[in-house]
Amino acid sequence: MSFLKIASAHKAYKTPEGGLIHALDDVSLDVRNNEFLTLLGPSGCGKTTLLKCIAGFEDIDSGEISFEEQSLKGVPAHRRPFNTVFQSYALFPHLSIANNVGYGLDVTGVAKGERNKRVEEALELVGLAGFGSREPKQLSGGQQQRVALARSLVLKPRVLLLDEPLSALDRKMRENMQIELKNLQHSVGITFVFVTHDQEEALAMSDRIAVVANGKVQQLAAPTEIYDEPANEFVANFVGTSNIFSGKVVAKDGALLTIETANQRQVLATSDRFGRGDHVELVLRPEHLKLAPSGNGIPESCIDGTVEASVFVGSDLHLHVDVGKGRTAIVHHRHNRGDDGERIEAGTSVKLYYSPNAAHLIKAIGR
Amino acid sequence: MTSSDTILKRKRRSLILLLAPFTVMLSVFFLVPLGIMMVYSFLEPGLYGGVEWNWYPYNYGRIIGWPLNDYEEFEPIYLKIFLNSLQIAIMTVIGTFVICYPAAFWVSRMQGAKKNLALFMITLPFFANLLVRIYAWLLLLRPTGFFNTVLQSAGLIIEPLDLLFTNFSVIIGMVYILTPFMFLPIYANVEKLDYSMVRASQDLGANPLQTFRRVILPLTAPGIIGGSVIVFIPALGNFIVPSFLGGSKVQMTGNLIERSFLQSRDWPFGAALALLIMASVVVLVVFQLSRQAKAEARGVS
Ligand SMILES: Nc1ncnc2c1ncn2[C@@H]1O[C@H](COP(=O)(O)OP(=O)(O)OP(=O)(O)O)[C@@H](O)[C@H]1O
Ligand SMILES: [Mg+2]
Repeated sequence: MSFLKIASAHKAYKTPEGGLIHALDDVSLDVRNNEFLTLLGPSGCGKTTLLKCIAGFEDIDSGEISFEEQSLKGVPAHRRPFNTVFQSYALFPHLSIANNVGYGLDVTGVAKGERNKRVEEALELVGLAGFGSREPKQLSGGQQQRVALARSLVLKPRVLLLDEPLSALDRKMRENMQIELKNLQHSVGITFVFVTHDQEEALAMSDRIAVVANGKVQQLAAPTEIYDEPANEFVANFVGTSNIFSGKVVAKDGALLTIETANQRQVLATSDRFGRGDHVELVLRPEHLKLAPSGNGIPESCIDGTVEASVFVGSDLHLHVDVGKGRTAIVHHRHNRGDDGERIEAGTSVKLYYSPNAAHLIKAIGR
Repeated sequence: MTSSDTILKRKRRSLILLLAPFTVMLSVFFLVPLGIMMVYSFLEPGLYGGVEWNWYPYNYGRIIGWPLNDYEEFEPIYLKIFLNSLQIAIMTVIGTFVICYPAAFWVSRMQGAKKNLALFMITLPFFANLLVRIYAWLLLLRPTGFFNTVLQSAGLIIEPLDLLFTNFSVIIGMVYILTPFMFLPIYANVEKLDYSMVRASQDLGANPLQTFRRVILPLTAPGIIGGSVIVFIPALGNFIVPSFLGGSKVQMTGNLIERSFLQSRDWPFGAALALLIMASVVVLVVFQLSRQAKAEARGVS
């Protein structure tokens, strides 16, 4: 039985000028029970809209949203077994923390004793035991965020929808909350649909990621698959940094392909999905590009280039390498600063190489 | 002796300077007359107007119905009029609230030019003379007026209804002139109501009625209270509306005050009446504000 299913959902908004914005353009998504699913995409791509449609604050124009095989069409928000943690938290300013958390129990008529017990448990779960009598404005942003979480979790929803709940926190706090949220999801066993535009957050927390752009799901897969095998150029660029070279397969030897790139250079890649004559895009992650040692022992397939800029970011050196025809490759070089030979400055000539297994090929569009 | 001290001092001095005109105006035009009224209310009225400088607490005695001497009877007529005024003022508050609350939501949802037009329409009545506007209601409500004519020709009634010179007609007139005063504070509050609160409430399982009672109403309460106070006060003391639409049948304390000052020239009695109204308003407002402060401290549940 399918759990939460979104089938070819469309949603368009009218602009004041009379045009249409397709916030959701044929979105299909199968959310599994108990998973941590992340909707990842740039600003304005329709993430919030999708969440609103699931929660019941907006209706989709066409398509269907169903929960355990039951269509949710016409079911108002307050009758859906989902809860939302809003981006702005939306805590009730006129209620104490305990009454905020107890709100959902109060309106559904849970008995006083049970209600108080559950409120206490929920506050404890998010590490705010003893804060019940405070007011929302007396809490820090991170604490408010936890109250919003407790307020939803106390109702034991089937699905918890979270709209960029961590975006208002500072980096340190956010990293802590990421781990806490993930652990929490694991221990309460509730399905989380989590919205973010932060790819690191998505990779760190999710069981599966749906990359969304222009109202469409670009790829739905586990984080490692999204990172290692992006389905298209958008995903490759949006999740992590990618060096993308277009080219044509000119030779095939088993799974090993030889690809001729635009600047007549021959590079290698392994793939069993493409054959001679296919136009492909070669995706190389910056950490897979290595600097070839000078002198002897140079690998046979390597790319020459000149360092344009070298940026120190702590453990790594980020190199921008001009590889000819105005193309720049980005290399993340794990350096050893104790070693004298490691000084790499702009203008240095380098040779780059990579293992053909690390290269990922995607089909070139429009050919 | 630190520089922050002198900055504070300088700030305080400029604050005093800035507030000076207001303070002067308040004392000259409000506190001084109030003091005069207070003194007058304890003086004996002169036979032909004016006052005799004798201690005379019977102005208040008359109002609460205390007999002056053995020949006079206990007569709570002024108290009755006061209670009726109170009733009319409360009904006016309720009437304006019922009109303005939904209207405020309606207007706050409008866009751009439409919204400005609606707000302009609400303040439009201010542009016409008050007496003219009240007189119009006289024409509408009288036995041969608009409402009775329409109802009669529709065959709904045979005899014209007694609409005029009743509490009802006075309340209608009051509601009509005081509606903008209720609307603006409520609108200011409704306009800044965070709609995500409503969504959160729905999301947590509250039906529309619960959402209204537990979220929308408490969050817009400051506007409702503000509007109620500034409608209640002028309604309680008003004398123009009852003298037009109440005739001789409906008296309000405002009429009594007007009459004792202008017609019977009994200034001490008028002063006593006016102070009594003021005192009751102050008591009500202080009571309400302290309740509100307590509720806020508690965090209403
Ligand atoms: N009520 C609305 N009326 C008109 N257009 C809207 C409305 N809500 C959203 N849109 C448009 O729909 C598109 C998707 O909006 P949505 O809020 O879903 O984006 P998002 O992915 O959540 O972005 P962000 O990361 O910035 O929150 C945007 O182009 C937005 O301008
Ligand atoms: Mg959003």
